[in-house]
This record gives sequence, structure tokens and C-alpha cells, in this order.
Amino acid sequence: MADGPLRSNQQPLALHVPEPRSRPGDPVDFSDVVVPAAGSMARPDEAVSPHEMRDLSFGLVRVLDDEHRAVGAWDPRLPHETLLKMLRTMALTRAFDERLYRAQRQGKTSFYMKCTGEEATSVAAAAAMQGDDMVFPSYRQQGILMWRGYALTEMINQIYSNRGDKLKGRQLPIMYSVPELSFFTISGNLATQYPQAVGWAMASAIKGDTRIASCWCGEGSTAEGDFHSAMTFASVYNAPTILNVVNNQWAISSFSGFAGAERTTFAARAIGYGIAGLRVDGNDALAVYAATQWAAERARSNKGPTLIEHFTYRAEGHSTSDDPSAYRSAQESAEWPLGDPIYRLKQHCIALGIWDDERHAAMDLELAEMVKAATKEAEKNGVLGHGMHQPFETMFEDVFEELPWHLQEQMAQALEERAAKWPK
Amino acid sequence: MAEVMQDNATSEAGSDEAATKTMNMIEAINSAMDVMMERDPDVVVMGEDVGYFGGVFRCTAGLQAKYGKTRVFDTPISECGIVGVAVGMGAYGLRPVPEIQFADYIYPGIDQLISEAARLRYRSAGEFIAPITVRSPFGGGIFGGQTHSQSPESLFTHVSGLKTVIPSTPYDAKGLLISAIEDNDPVIFFEPKRIYNGPFTGYYDRPVEPWSKHAASKVPTGHYRIPLGKANIVRAGEALTILAYGTMVHVAKAVVEANGVDAEVIDLRTLLPLDIETIEASVKKTGRCLIIHEATRTSGFGAELSALVQERCFYHLEAPVERVTGFDTPYPHSLEWAYFPGPIRIGRAIAKIMKD
Repeated sequence: MADGPLRSNQQPLALHVPEPRSRPGDPVDFSDVVVPAAGSMARPDEAVSPHEMRDLSFGLVRVLDDEHRAVGAWDPRLPHETLLKMLRTMALTRAFDERLYRAQRQGKTSFYMKCTGEEATSVAAAAAMQGDDMVFPSYRQQGILMWRGYALTEMINQIYSNRGDKLKGRQLPIMYSVPELSFFTISGNLATQYPQAVGWAMASAIKGDTRIASCWCGEGSTAEGDFHSAMTFASVYNAPTILNVVNNQWAISSFSGFAGAERTTFAARAIGYGIAGLRVDGNDALAVYAATQWAAERARSNKGPTLIEHFTYRAEGHSTSDDPSAYRSAQESAEWPLGDPIYRLKQHCIALGIWDDERHAAMDLELAEMVKAATKEAEKNGVLGHGMHQPFETMFEDVFEELPWHLQEQMAQALEERAAKWPK
Repeated sequence: MAEVMQDNATSEAGSDEAATKTMNMIEAINSAMDVMMERDPDVVVMGEDVGYFGGVFRCTAGLQAKYGKTRVFDTPISECGIVGVAVGMGAYGLRPVPEIQFADYIYPGIDQLISEAARLRYRSAGEFIAPITVRSPFGGGIFGGQTHSQSPESLFTHVSGLKTVIPSTPYDAKGLLISAIEDNDPVIFFEPKRIYNGPFTGYYDRPVEPWSKHAASKVPTGHYRIPLGKANIVRAGEALTILAYGTMVHVAKAVVEANGVDAEVIDLRTLLPLDIETIEASVKKTGRCLIIHEATRTSGFGAELSALVQERCFYHLEAPVERVTGFDTPYPHSLEWAYFPGPIRIGRAIAKIMKD
């Protein structure tokens, strides 16, 4: 028995274990979520000292107000065509997610991850960066690829691990790699991309390049040591990096309290490292754009890294392997006070007089057809459920640049096994 | 060939030995933690999603409701933190059972395991110990790709001071996990997730039987131990000794039965400490030894087994010791069944070793 000495005159210690605001069947109460008015946060100069902008780590940068107007110093004043392109890209991301989620349910692949409700945190961030700035995403930033114009069929080929998959069927679905779009290969291990992004940015600085790096992780992953190592290196070398934390409040079944959200914000992690921290409304595409633009300008002018917390909500399950109704109230998604990022940007465009519901509905139909057509095209290369599409040799390629003798032997063995299984 | 199941089990005097229940491996693992938490207030369970949700594979389902949030709790996503605080709790005198959600995610915790948990007893000359049991699902066969399929057991058997246990049935899983939790040294307890719900035989194009059709799903509801370091002869035979653990025990048995070879199949159950006596006696009897694991080949645990057999049974061997393993590549997604050491690879190895 591990019981310490009893000192009856002293108060017993008590372990605190965080508890989320609601569990299945509970009423939902978001009244503790402080939502400052749009336009209420000051926008400092990009060269400001991190110590003079601490309030931005605790507030919430918001641009779109309740009347769907863009207000305040953070309004990026975007051209109409940029607004409409962001809207279209976010809608495309959602249409893609809907279709590929169904494809997984139909047995065409093993796994899928949607980013529903979080489209702005990737699409608007990508929009505010240059196309050749290097991105180190986690597994929920498909919106970056959409913004940078990656072919949908290439994405679906990867998801289906089929003959057309340029990654040779090796990776789990959605673990893309697109160097031609400055998009790093995605890892399933959490936050490992964080120090890598800092390293890429350091290299860019060493070489006198002009490109910056950006990385994303979820709030849950900020608990990993990689996150803190990245922050330390970014701070020490003033690395030209934008470090994004997508706080969608749920890491599978663990709410953000298990990453420290009961104590402080994730943007406030920046303060201890002496780097700039911004906390933004992640469902406000204009706020995400403005914050990223600010951080990019800061990084590009050698003023240092920025940590951006995107406050948002994971509207659906962690992945196709997850059922959130087992651990959180089904009402949360509907009651979430910051709304839906696509709806909000759409209403803004309507308020500006450059868009309407009819055009939006027509666009949704068009995008759904576009995704459907890409899916059909990719299915010509096969789907995972139909078996192994790659030659067995490919399994041994790329372990090293050159094939050592032991892998040559194992390759020969695999081919013999194939012949034994399927004699010609 | 009859199952040889309960040879090494010991039940506590006074416990209800007769009461059994049909369990799959998840339920048996859950039952082991339940029994231990009931008996020992120092046992605590923690890990990502293990609390309210009950774990992504449901191994800890119901434990938080029964034992409270300060004994069964979710943790931050920090494997380093999970193992490190378990070491600290062990130093206080608790008996932590941390879960690492997938073995593929154990690496950030490896410094705390290798440099700390494994050496605490040695460096303090026994003044501090790390009586922790790190549970983690491992192995492939679920289309998990390279980040949900790995078998890293040999990284841990290579470290002095860690015990490594891998069960292959619900019955064994419960008895071994209880022994691991009661053990005063740190134990890595790898759970073959492919056989959580049924004894997968490697014939991936055939349906898998549920555990309920298997004798080893009859699990005592109370406390019993299967000692660490005791292998289990799951099929007696004269022609060939097959050493396997985890999922590969079932694959080996199925292939042996399909090929009609009179092989003795030994489920190691504990890789370290290893039951060398059972291995030695069997190989000296059969004169042939085939080692099967799903992990990559080079520097895998099979290499250690092969060396031991060669050192101890050389003059009894009729043929070179053979290894059947995963290939030395990351676990591929779409070519999963080309990678997996299934019936064809094993059948070819048996044919080769029996020819000599």
C-alpha cells in the first residue's frame, strides 16, 4: 500500500482531472466562451515586440461582425475575386470531404479524415501566404492543397492507394506529399512537423532565401515535446515561421482541457518563448487571412516567428474510425458560438452584393459534380477495396536510395510468393 | 491437436476459480485491469482517451465509471509525459498501467523508458523501482499504414531492465497482464490488435472466427496469473519446432494444420525473460527450428532466438534455423498482405526446413 504518512492537521491533496462542458445527453452551455466583438482588437505593427502584444494571445481577432460586415483594423480589405475564390475553395474542400467520406463508408478505402468546420484555418491561411512558401501540415489541412490547385484526381488516387497513386500505395489515405506545391509529406505521428518547419525556415534564412515556412498542429498535439522543441528553436534563431495551432477543442475523445486549455490559451504558449502570439476566430476566414498575413510579413522582414491559435470546433468525428456521439454532446456542433466558416464568408459576400444564395447553390452543385467526376476518373485506377494495385517490387523501393543486398533478396522472395499465390 | 492452455496458470487461494466468462481479448485485458484495480488501490490507469471514452479499442471501457477519475484518467498527447509521470508515480509507490494508444507512437516516450524506467532500480541499487506496465496495441493487419502497424518489440528486448510480454489469446492476455501489473519491474505489454476480436490465421481472404469459438475465450472472471517467462506449447509435435508470439501463433498453427506437418508450436508469451528451457527441450526433440515474427527481420527478436538455439542445440539440429518475418521496409498500406508473413511465406519456409 502506497499511502503516505497521515498528518491530520494538514489538508489532503486532491488531483484535478479536467472535465469537458458536456457529455452525451447533457445540455450544452457555451456561456463560458468569451467572444469579443469583431473589430475590437488592435492591430500592432508587424515589427512589434512580443512583449507589447500579449493581449493578442488572450483575446480573439475577429473581422466579420454579426451583420456580416468586415470591420476593424484587422480587416484585410481583400479584392472581391479573392473573397469569392476563398469561398469557392472552402466549399470545394467540404464537397470533397463529403464524397470521400462516403467512399470510405462504401468500402473503397480504409480511412478518411474530414475538416468540416475548419476549412478557413487552412484555405484562408494558404491564401495569405505566397504559393511557394513551404507548408508542413498535419492531417487536416487538405484546404491548402485545394487553394494551391492540386488535382483532385491525384488526391483521390492517394486515398484509394491505387495504380495512379504517386506515393505507391504506401501511406494511409490523406497523407499527401506534394513538393511541387511546397507541401511537405504528412506524417501520422503528431507534431513531428513542427520542428521540421522551423528547420526549413532556418535553412531558408541561412541561404538568404525569401520563402518562409508554416506548420499546423491540433491543440492536443501541443502537449508533445516536438511542439516545445520547435518553439524553443524558433525563438532562439528568430526563424521565419508561422506556427499554427488549430484549436478545434477535441483530440479524438479528449477535450482541449487535456492540453491545458483550462489554464490559458494556446496562443499564450508564445509568451513563455518570447515570440509573437495571436489568437484568432478560426471560423472567420478574414481573421485567419489577416493574422496569417501579419505573421507572414513579420517573418519575411526578419522580425521573427508567430504562433497563431485558430479557435474553431471539430464539427465531426476525428476520422472514419471515430464516433463522437460516444463522448460529447451531439448539440455542441449546432450550439457552437462561432458558427460555420463557409456560411459566414458566404453571408459576407452576399452583404457586399457580390454573391447570392442562388449562385451559391449552383456552385455547390457544380463542385459536387466536379468532385464526382474526379472520383470516377480516379476509380479507373482502382480502389483499395479491390486489392493490391502496385507491383510487389515497389514495396522495397525508397527504403534507401539504392537497394542493399538484403532487400534485393527479400524482393525476390516477395515475387516468388506472388507467383505461388497467383500462378500464371 | 488439443489446446494446451492452462498449464502454467496459478489461481489465488480463495478466489472463485470456477467462474468463467466468454471474453474477447479486449474484454480480457479490461478484466485484468478491473481485477487489479479492485484488489490494489495503488493501481492507476492512464493514457490518451482511456478515461470517459474507454480507449480507442475500448480496453479501458467502464473503468473510470467504476474507480473514479483519479484512478482512471485521460492524459495529454505526450508519450514522454505519460511514461515519465508513470515513473514518478511508481517512485511514490503506485502501480501505474499507462496505455500508449499505438505502439507506433511510443517513440517520444522511449527516453523515459530506456534511460529511466529500465534503469531506476540499477542506478539506485534498488532504492527506487518502476513497477509500471506500459500497454500498447501493436502489429499490422488492419490497413493502418506505417503509423498504425509496427512491431517494435526488439527495441525493448534490447534494453536491459525491461520485460516484454505479448499475449496471443484472451486467457493468456488476462493472466499475463495481471502478472505484469504485479511485477515490480517495468513491463512492456504489447497487445496484437489484429487478434483483439478473433484469432486471425493469416488467410486474409477468409472470414475470421470470433474468440467465442476458441477455447481460450473462456476466461476466469476473478484473479489468476500466468507467470512471466513461461512459454506455452500450443501444439505438440515431433518434426519441427516453431517459435512464435502474438498474432503469428495463430497463423503458424493454421499453416501447420493446412500443411499436415507435425510441428510443435510454441507461443513464447514473454520475450524477456525468455523461457529458454521449453525452447531448448523442444528443438532438441525435433531437430528443426522455425522462428516467426511480424516485425522487420534485421536485428529482430528472431535473430536473438536463432542465436540462442544455435548456441544451445547445435548438435541436435538437422537443418539451419529459419526465420519468417516481415520485410525490412516500413509497413505499406495497400501491399499490406504482400508484406505480412502469411501462409505462403511460412509454408515455403516449412517446406525448405523439412527438405534438409
